[in-house]
Amino acid sequence: MDNTNRISLDEYKKYKKRSLAADVWHNYKKSPSAMVGLVLIVIIIILAIAAQVIYNYEVDIVQQDLSQRFIAPNSEHIFGTDQYGRDVLTRVLYGAKYSLAVGIVSVAISCVIGATLGLIAGYYGSVTENIIMRFCDIFMGIPSVLLGIAIMSAFGQSLLVLMLAVGLVYMSAFARTARSAVLPVREQEYIEAAKVAGVSDLKIIFSHVLPNSLSPIIVQVTMGVANGILTASFLSFLGLGVPVPAPEWGAMLSSARQYIRDYSYLTNFPGLAIMITVLAFNLMGDGLRDALDPKLKQ
Amino acid sequence: MSQTETTKDLVLDLENLNVRFETEDGICYAVNGLDMKIERGKAIGLVGETGAGKTTTALSLLRLVPDPPGVVECDKMVINGHDMLNISIKELEKIRGKDISMIFQDPMTALNPVFTVGDQIAESIMLHEGVSMADAQRKAIDMLELVGIPGERAGEYPHEFSGGMKQRVVIAIALACHPQLLIADEPTTALDVTIQAQVLDLMRNLRQQYQTSLIMITHDLGIVAEVCDDVAVMYGGNIVEEGTLEDVFNHTLHPYTEGLFNSLPNINDRKAKLTPIRGLMLDPMDMPPGCPFSPRCPYADEKCDEPQVKKYVSETHAIRCCAYERPGFHIDRKER
Amino acid sequence: MHRYIIKRILMMIPVLLAVSFVVYFLMDLAPGDIISSMAPQDATEAEIEMMREELGLNGTLMERYFRYMKGLIKGDLGMSLSLKRPVAECFFQRFPATLKLAFASIIVTLLISIPLGIAAATHHRSVLDGVSMVTALLGVSMPAFWLGLLLILALSLKLKLFPSGGSGGIEYIILPALTLGAGNAGHMTRITRSSMLDVIRQDYLRTARAKGVSEKQVIRKHALKNALIPIINVFGTTFGNSLGGAVAIETVFAWPGVGRLTVSAINNRDMTLATGCIIMFTIFMNVTMLLVDIAYAYADPRIKAQYSN
Repeated sequence: MDNTNRISLDEYKKYKKRSLAADVWHNYKKSPSAMVGLVLIVIIIILAIAAQVIYNYEVDIVQQDLSQRFIAPNSEHIFGTDQYGRDVLTRVLYGAKYSLAVGIVSVAISCVIGATLGLIAGYYGSVTENIIMRFCDIFMGIPSVLLGIAIMSAFGQSLLVLMLAVGLVYMSAFARTARSAVLPVREQEYIEAAKVAGVSDLKIIFSHVLPNSLSPIIVQVTMGVANGILTASFLSFLGLGVPVPAPEWGAMLSSARQYIRDYSYLTNFPGLAIMITVLAFNLMGDGLRDALDPKLKQ
Repeated sequence: MSQTETTKDLVLDLENLNVRFETEDGICYAVNGLDMKIERGKAIGLVGETGAGKTTTALSLLRLVPDPPGVVECDKMVINGHDMLNISIKELEKIRGKDISMIFQDPMTALNPVFTVGDQIAESIMLHEGVSMADAQRKAIDMLELVGIPGERAGEYPHEFSGGMKQRVVIAIALACHPQLLIADEPTTALDVTIQAQVLDLMRNLRQQYQTSLIMITHDLGIVAEVCDDVAVMYGGNIVEEGTLEDVFNHTLHPYTEGLFNSLPNINDRKAKLTPIRGLMLDPMDMPPGCPFSPRCPYADEKCDEPQVKKYVSETHAIRCCAYERPGFHIDRKER
Repeated sequence: MHRYIIKRILMMIPVLLAVSFVVYFLMDLAPGDIISSMAPQDATEAEIEMMREELGLNGTLMERYFRYMKGLIKGDLGMSLSLKRPVAECFFQRFPATLKLAFASIIVTLLISIPLGIAAATHHRSVLDGVSMVTALLGVSMPAFWLGLLLILALSLKLKLFPSGGSGGIEYIILPALTLGAGNAGHMTRITRSSMLDVIRQDYLRTARAKGVSEKQVIRKHALKNALIPIINVFGTTFGNSLGGAVAIETVFAWPGVGRLTVSAINNRDMTLATGCIIMFTIFMNVTMLLVDIAYAYADPRIKAQYSN
């Protein structure tokens, strides 16, 4: 080839591929709704941390003051006070940590266990795959709320058990996602090449298979946090999650329920808090999915 | 294609077609000022590499360029006497499939997976011939037999057919109402070589039977030689050389056409090196102001940076290139 | 086709056994020994052991589990401590209500989601698309029990259109069905829209347009039939979800179904009843999902073709 086909260094820089993360970010920030999700999540996390620093659990969160009961939202108590005279705004802010913690830890549990199982199943195939996927079918076969109820009543109510319960409920979903993400990768020639070169299975899975099937797992993680928060708050609503008097949003809704006729503001704020948090993670999940999957872009 | 064209019976009369796609990343100029005239019963081969704008040209004739992002502008588009530019959607629907129809490139995706092939052929007949469902079904079976598929398979779904069979079904759909103008967009690219020959034979026979005019889109010069009367070579969204088979194949004038011929493998001399056209395909987002081929052209000089006009070198042979006028210019065709 | 059905039924049996074992095992771990709450204060070790045997609560976990499953096949799930009635009787008394709610909610879901999803996809990137997607996203993000409370507040307490809870005539099912159906509709609308968007890009729609099919018919006839396939394919799962969701939402509306029975059983530490309810409900849900799948496979030649391949 002659010189006319050479390109200058500047041109090369222009065409040089961005790294995957930079590429995803480039696509992600183009979507306003995805950015709204991200900003909301950052705000919620900051508020949750600030609430831990500012408020004292014994004094601000659980201490009752019956003289201050059922004050409708006003300038002093923006969200009003509850049946024990506690400030609802303070409790809602403080409660963010439960939902975030359950959402994030439970997804970590279900992702680590589920995705590993799915990767192994997808990579090895045949009998291994069958055993693992049938095992996951068992957990898929039980309605998630009932499975959550069963686990909560087996190990008792606590934040830790709640995380574990929600994590186990969604584990199979991760296994399925990971497996179906691996299947097309498994057939690729570079996997074959790595095997021929004598690379160990474990190394192939983590350095070749995992990175190439990461996108759907990442999306599932964000969506998983959203679902985890919903399920956890529902278990608390049923009285099977974080024990009272902790200001978990589902539990707050549950206790506000009996006053709905006269003090409906009590049900509004914890419900809104759950919805906004879940919405933020869903928006981020949608944005990530579009950013990670160039096929879906038009 | 000469001055007497107005007296001729034209199935297609297209002047100054421009198509661009306005995307987030910029404007893509797909077709740039293309003219095309086809006489009744003639077959023209539209040749060029991927991205030259062949399929976009075809889709604009059916007014099927997706909008947005596509923008189609044209001075004149008359198909079989219908002015396609000033026409209601309803009339357009009557013309599609009846006056003009198209065979799409990929038979694997061109058929609707949830309808039987018989229904898909019959739908076209029902729409245009105003016959009952039962009559349309009968005619659909006739069409299937015509393209060489046993009529009793009309009740089967597309996934039950092989690729070549599917392409026959696509052809049957396109020909069901005996269109005056048929566009075949690389009808054989997705098929095995042996099936290719069968499909081409079939198309040739059907065309003779119904006096259909044909635009054959392809990058295979062999197919053109076999099926077409005229050739138009496209590059960068416009026709750079056009003429009869004899004109373009044996009196090649445009450097790009030369490059196309020279990059064909030589069956007589298997040791001969292939001569690819140097450089990369044109980026339609970033069109040069002059001849689009000039960055890759071995004969290019500063005159090529000006817009090129169409010049007739004979009654039938036209070219968009200034190089051939230079003294001593001759095309370097390898002998085979 | 028949082989496929038989295979699926056979494959379900070990899953059901495993599922019931997991539930049995979990509920067995739950604190609270029935015997110690039933036995008189001064009962001796031997007396307690005898009671255990009478109630079938002696032996290892596996022994108890197999005894339980044997009983289950015969329709004997033990006695409910709190209701003083056989568990099976309690379950079957409540199950129709849950089934009814699941059916009603799925109708709401389909009525909302399919038209909305299709309209959003065919008007891609329009205001309509934006509004329906935001609504759907809110539906997905809203806790169903909160939506239920809001509906009670607005339609029952404020406007007095429907009763806030309980059961009886048709007016009682509307609020719970609306709550559950609207919640699921968010998800379903998103599925419908993306499925439709997928189909709209397909080459065969271009073929149809090139034939002269009108735009309306292209969408209604050619696109819709394809776009519904993934929705029909997950119909069994959707129905399962509705059943699972029904269990969850019953508590909010005091709907007398299995879910409320289970929650109150757990609150009363009546583990025999809770175990029986969860196991039976899970079995019924799986069987129903399978039946729906099979019924559709029979009814629809396209899905039938998929399976015979």
